[in-house]
Amino acid sequence: MSAAPRADFPLLAANPGLVYLDSAATSQKPRVVLDAMRSYYENANANPHRGAYKLSGISTEVYHDARREVARFLGAADADTLIFTRGTTESVNLLATAWGHQHVHRGDRIVVTRLEHHANFVPWQQLARDVGAEFRICELTHDGHVDLDQLRALVTANTKVVAFGHVSNALGTINDVPEIVKIAHAIGAVAFCDGAQGAPHLRVAFDDLEVDAYAFSGHKMLGPMGIGGVIVRRKLLEAMHPYQFGGDMIEFVFDGDTTWNVLPHKFEAGTPNVADAVGLAAAVRYLDALGMGVVRAHEVALSRYALERLAAIDGLHLYGPASAEARSGVVSFTLGDIHPHDVSTMLDVDGVCVRAGHHCAQPLMRALHTNATVRASFYVYNTAADVDALATSLAKAKARFHAHVG
Amino acid sequence: MSAELDELYQSIILDHNRRPRNFRVMDDASAHAEGKNPLCGDQLTIWLKLDGELISDVSFQGSGCAISKASASLMTAAIKGKSRGEAEQLFTKFHGVVTGTHPEDAEALGSLKALGGVSRFPLRVKCASLAWHAMHAALVQNDVAGSTAPVTTE
Repeated sequence: MSAAPRADFPLLAANPGLVYLDSAATSQKPRVVLDAMRSYYENANANPHRGAYKLSGISTEVYHDARREVARFLGAADADTLIFTRGTTESVNLLATAWGHQHVHRGDRIVVTRLEHHANFVPWQQLARDVGAEFRICELTHDGHVDLDQLRALVTANTKVVAFGHVSNALGTINDVPEIVKIAHAIGAVAFCDGAQGAPHLRVAFDDLEVDAYAFSGHKMLGPMGIGGVIVRRKLLEAMHPYQFGGDMIEFVFDGDTTWNVLPHKFEAGTPNVADAVGLAAAVRYLDALGMGVVRAHEVALSRYALERLAAIDGLHLYGPASAEARSGVVSFTLGDIHPHDVSTMLDVDGVCVRAGHHCAQPLMRALHTNATVRASFYVYNTAADVDALATSLAKAKARFHAHVG
Repeated sequence: MSAELDELYQSIILDHNRRPRNFRVMDDASAHAEGKNPLCGDQLTIWLKLDGELISDVSFQGSGCAISKASASLMTAAIKGKSRGEAEQLFTKFHGVVTGTHPEDAEALGSLKALGGVSRFPLRVKCASLAWHAMHAALVQNDVAGSTAPVTTE
């Protein structure tokens, strides 16, 4: 059983043999999302905020409804503190550039974790290099969790920001967000959370989480590519310099200086991506209708089954937390000495789509003493039969490589 | 078992993957170049010993998938003792075969033709050609002394 009908997803419905196990890279899209985007262009397309005519007014309204919908889904009452971006990567760059250059100076410290995706690693590393700050990486415990004792020691009085992922894209590890936030706040640092792998799978209650910012990507949560956002505490946003300059984000432009528009416009320069915002709003409504509790329970069940099936394959090495409850629907592994890309090619022939590589987490791969892993990731449309197909195909791949040993 | 996989992972490929030939650092090389495939994390170095126009020795080291490793191993065996011009010609032919644009050249490749199965897997062409690009870069760098920029198949 899946949590959502496969028939709701046109690509999956059109390809009955496809075993799509790469939702941590991008999810498939339900028809309601595609319809919502098409309907926007067919019925409400105009440049929002600009025209004094009715159609522009409708477009403006539709865009703001989408913002309210997504903010509500992520548990933020103050919808205008949700800034739409192209996705998590742009969101983190926005924070590191706009907030970072204002608040992080020579001699200050930036702390990230060993689990980070490059998108939540490189912007902070480069900020540290630019301003002459210290860049420190909190290591992991043997079972793939952030070592909170080490984090407590690393977060010293000169630490300005702790940047960490909600969920590891490479291992699926779910981080203890409240505890990490507590450690950051204890010395007055801000806590910025990369929620790219969190928002699609776990109920996010931004207002209760106490993180200072939460970044996410629409395309990993059934929405279209090219839209995502970041929710930031209003106080921080209001004090921050703009990230990009242009139309929409200004109030008055004088010959020598400019004043800024109110939130959220101050951080959304240029014509906004209305159609994708509308698509994302449809996606979160779809997730709500399924129920995030159901989504989570489904993923735990699939992960548990996958861990069990894969552990039974001799020579298969699993990475990440041992229990399904401690991870999102991600299972990362290597198969003997067969390179992950060869595994992926062999699985592909059976219609099984998995990710092979470093998962944009090279610092983590180095710590795990590997160049690459195979990653299977699950979402609402996957079933136990998909896990069976994965296990069967892996057994065949192993036989192919080891049949030739000699 | 799938026929296209049988062709891709022939026993000669799996054998060269497991027991790569000429897999060593060459201390007295005349030229070397690194080949990288950042997306996969594949990384190898090719060393060449040149005796005038003759490639008198060739070796490699690195890590990567079976296709990139076997291709590098087979390449070293194929170009040792060849002239620079012959090695470059072989690269052109090899490229035509693995990309599927000149399948008719397969017979002229000798044991390298085992990599012809790659043409059915466009995503793996870059794995098969990594070592060749590095070999080419090493030859070019031998001409332009001091240039050691790594090549990439991305």
